[in-house]
Amino acid sequence: MGKTLFDKIWDSHVVQVIPDGPTQLYIDRLYAHEVTSPQAFDTLRDKGIRVFRPDHVVAMPDHNTPSDQQEVINDPIGRKQVETLKANCEEFGIKHFAMGTKDNGIIHVVGPEKGLSLPGMTIVCGDSHTSTHGAVGALAMGIGTSEVAEVLASQCILQSKPKSMRINVEGKLQQGVTAKDVALYIMAQMTTSGATGYAVEYAGSTIRNMSMEGRLTLSNLSIEMGSRAGIIAPDETTFAYLKGREYAPKGADWDKAVSYWKTLRSDDDAIFDKEITYSAEDIKPRITYGTNPGAGIAIDGTIPNIDNLDAKEKAQLMVQLDYMQFKPGQKLEGTPVDYCFLGACTNGRIEDFRAFASIVKGKKKSPNVVAWLVPGSWLVRKQIIDEGIDKILEEAGFELRLPSCSSCLAMNPDKVPAGKLAISTSNRNFVGRQGPGARTVLASPLVVAASAITGVITDPRKL
Amino acid sequence: MMKQKFNIIKSTCIPVAIDNCNTDLIIPARYLASTTRDPKFFGDAFMHDLRYDANGNAVPDFVMNKPDFSEAPHEGVHEIIVGGQNWGSGSSREHAAWAIAGYGVRVVISSSFADIHRNNLLNCFVLPVVVSREFQQELFASIEKNPQTIVTVDVPNQTVTNEVTGHSEKFEINSYKKHCLVNALDDIDYLLTQTDKIEAYEKSAVKC
Repeated sequence: MGKTLFDKIWDSHVVQVIPDGPTQLYIDRLYAHEVTSPQAFDTLRDKGIRVFRPDHVVAMPDHNTPSDQQEVINDPIGRKQVETLKANCEEFGIKHFAMGTKDNGIIHVVGPEKGLSLPGMTIVCGDSHTSTHGAVGALAMGIGTSEVAEVLASQCILQSKPKSMRINVEGKLQQGVTAKDVALYIMAQMTTSGATGYAVEYAGSTIRNMSMEGRLTLSNLSIEMGSRAGIIAPDETTFAYLKGREYAPKGADWDKAVSYWKTLRSDDDAIFDKEITYSAEDIKPRITYGTNPGAGIAIDGTIPNIDNLDAKEKAQLMVQLDYMQFKPGQKLEGTPVDYCFLGACTNGRIEDFRAFASIVKGKKKSPNVVAWLVPGSWLVRKQIIDEGIDKILEEAGFELRLPSCSSCLAMNPDKVPAGKLAISTSNRNFVGRQGPGARTVLASPLVVAASAITGVITDPRKL
Repeated sequence: MMKQKFNIIKSTCIPVAIDNCNTDLIIPARYLASTTRDPKFFGDAFMHDLRYDANGNAVPDFVMNKPDFSEAPHEGVHEIIVGGQNWGSGSSREHAAWAIAGYGVRVVISSSFADIHRNNLLNCFVLPVVVSREFQQELFASIEKNPQTIVTVDVPNQTVTNEVTGHSEKFEINSYKKHCLVNALDDIDYLLTQTDKIEAYEKSAVKC
């Protein structure tokens, strides 16, 4: 029987299999950010040990970094966390991309764009959106802080092998439909736990025709249906994206790497524990209405009615709708929004800013909304400026901010106030995610752009 | 670290009947800026925004504030949480497991756990016990009827028993992890003994 792509990468990283226990898996790349690493470094100090392979580790602050200025973090607790990461990196000899420098940004944006995340690698980080890096053909998973300490100490983690799932998307996406909509659609079908226990591979013609940025968005959201990993076989799109990147192999090493990477695909006779196929034609621009990312509808659709639900389902829906201040059966298109957020590791890449600019060009931001446009990295920001996108945004009344996780998770000044409604390109609409009491509708950069112009939830195809 | 040896835990439970209870609910992001692992700090933050309103007052309707369930966990009392399905979904923050452990909980029972959180619990010496949906619902019903319902979690024998109904289920845990829990050993100490194997792997591995 053939092997899946996941099997190939997993198998080539097995140090040993503990009898009736987990596999000891070798990790090629550990990314560390300021939130989930301090206690891991403490563990090393407590045990009196050094980082086992410091050259395999790359660190950068992203969660606490402000997006309005990066001279100083005013919140003393956040500042201490960022300073602690820097001090730990100095003490343990780890590469550190400091806040406000050209190398910095959100880890899941920086890793691929610097060629630090490569096909065939095992990649971990104390962050569930590490699944993002699967888009380059790597086995990339989020881990906890204890596991961060394990990798720092041994370059390994102990993991039970997940089951395999392939999600195929076939056909051509309609105009106005992006990778974000594909992900939100799949999540709504699968639910937020539909892929728990599985490692997902995305395949099919829609995925093959997706840009690298689109694939990164799709893989990013794998965790929102429960899968720790969302892997996409590397192909010419991947190679073209990676070639010439700062840390990607060069010259003869590049050719050698590409010939290896070309073997990284599921064999034709590989069998997955589960396989699902969706049609691209069924996917419209999407929005969420509830407090988990799977609670979503097409933008022209309506929130489910409660009539056909049992008591428990009804109660669970109503808890979400009460928080969101929405009603069963309600159409959300046309609902006024207070905040618009473009950015995060989901949609903070150049293509997302191009998409946003394509909608707002020649128009004006609604005076009723606060808009945060936050590039995922300094490289993305530079590209935005080099392409003149910043001018388009400025003319439309928008301000380009500085790279940060920003409003995705309320760990920096970009918090949505209680009760306010945000339409956001981020990845989670959980209760309080963008700030205590904040209400979040997840959407694509096109939908957020259209809504920022009109001040209400807007289908970009109709603008 | 809260390394604790596991044998048999016999305790009353806190029923947190929230499906898809994500780690943002278990501990909101603003508590993630701590650089320590202080059990008291994280225990106090456990389920914070459900336990307290915006003014810091206890929300009387939330289960952990009800007189039957508000007593802080100690031996035999509230050491077990019975949670809704897909417990611990979302963010990988181990702080959620620190919050549960810091509050004093030793076992979380649910019909399903999110993968990362499940590992985090184990690494923090909190045992995630997966039971059938029926068994989970029966536990909720028993606790609703009698908040003093005792549940026994027997780690060596891998059984969980509702002492009110006498119903029991086997739960899965691999023998490596069981050995770790019973003897209070963690993965990092194991990995630190495996350096020869790691170096041998590095010599033989395909370089990406």
